[in-house]
Amino acid sequence: MTADVAMHMSDGLLNTTTSLLFAAVAVIGIAVAAARARDDLDDRTAPMAGLVAAFVFATQMLNFPVLPGVSGHLLGGALAAILVGPWVGALCVSIVLVVQALVFADGGVTALGANVTNMAIIGTAVGFAVATVLKRFTRTKPGLAAVAFTAAFVNTVVASLGFVLEFALGGDPAFGLGGVTATIVGVHCLIGIGEGVITALTVVAIAAVRPDLVHLLRGARRPLDVREESPA
Amino acid sequence: MSGGHAHPLHRPGNTPVHRLAPQVKIVAAVLAVLCVVSTPRERYWAFGVYLLLLAAVWSIARIPPGWVATRALIEAPFVVLAFVMPFVAGGPTVDVLGMALSEHGLLSGWNILVKGTLGVLVSLTLAATTAPRELIVGLQRLHVPAMVITIATLMLRYLDVIAAEARRMRLARISRGHNPRFLWQVGATARGIGTLFVRSYERGERVHLAMVSRGWSGKMPDSGRSAGAVAWLTGLAPTATAAVVLGMALWP
Repeated sequence: MTADVAMHMSDGLLNTTTSLLFAAVAVIGIAVAAARARDDLDDRTAPMAGLVAAFVFATQMLNFPVLPGVSGHLLGGALAAILVGPWVGALCVSIVLVVQALVFADGGVTALGANVTNMAIIGTAVGFAVATVLKRFTRTKPGLAAVAFTAAFVNTVVASLGFVLEFALGGDPAFGLGGVTATIVGVHCLIGIGEGVITALTVVAIAAVRPDLVHLLRGARRPLDVREESPA
Repeated sequence: MSGGHAHPLHRPGNTPVHRLAPQVKIVAAVLAVLCVVSTPRERYWAFGVYLLLLAAVWSIARIPPGWVATRALIEAPFVVLAFVMPFVAGGPTVDVLGMALSEHGLLSGWNILVKGTLGVLVSLTLAATTAPRELIVGLQRLHVPAMVITIATLMLRYLDVIAAEARRMRLARISRGHNPRFLWQVGATARGIGTLFVRSYERGERVHLAMVSRGWSGKMPDSGRSAGAVAWLTGLAPTATAAVVLGMALWP
């Protein structure tokens, strides 16, 4: 178990049946996301979606060492879900993964379905669910940072459990499932901390300047408070 | 896109490759990349044949190989991993120039390097012979959903915007007395990542509003030129050859 543990699965890690199964899951997921995203995308959010995709693309290039011989990179699902919502977010991450697989040969083409399922669909959905549940803590700056961190951390770990499921269904039985699970989940707890820090930094900085751009904070705007000047 | 906004990756020309309908070129490029990534990594000769095929397309399109080579450097950050792998991967080792390198790591490094490079070269060939506007029209004619096209094209545009903003912020830090060494500037970049996002967004927003005010509705105007059977056959000929090579490579 070496650099193969990084999140992008390469070709040949899963058997054909499992690859096809998760390709179907990914296609259905993307179709649903595309149908629902239509309402979310307008003049203001279209450039945001493009920028989130470009940002996730750029940060996925940053491979940082987690353990000797294991490198991880950011997944970006929680970041996308918090900034542009789960539907557009899932589309953004999927587009990033497809372009990376085709243009930069990062992640196998046959494993694309499984990669999209883990990172774009499971990751974004879980990140958004966590952030929504914790939404009432987002009123203060440290609270928002904590929510973004938690969402990103849980997103990473659950996405890695998606890989464990796929590996259990169609992986090489030569590796013990218990060992693989422990390695994968352990590594992704560490990646999750890095992911959480970057997500929190980004979300807090954006919320400070342009809270209107953060999908999670929508509808939380306080009404204009007109205070009368006190006599005296 | 007007002349003033020429993309650095586009090389205008009037060759058969340039004139080919964009949808044919997109399909040919995607299928060619699929052939490359499906090739087993131990079939070293197949990758050489793919490179020869690309060179043939370049000569028809009158693109000097040096022009492609300098632009192929954009993949450099991606292949750094390829050079690390022989040192970190486990398993049996081989001696290369007196260093004990992991055999498994060498193969995975080679895999990333050769497939990544060929993938970038194929994409560069497509980008060099097809104007960005035509690429979008081509995707539209292939019935890709408008929303996916919007996000994907904005993403590719914004990669440039982010890189330019990051350069500007680095310059601003240096002119304020920051003295970054190679790795130490990573820390400053990480702390400024949120600012980078907001700055990039504000530039991107201006670009988008400029597009909207000039009539952008999420769709490129399309003159409706459809590709005939001859265009498809000639356009897909190099890819078909690549597919034959793949078939031979997969043969046990």
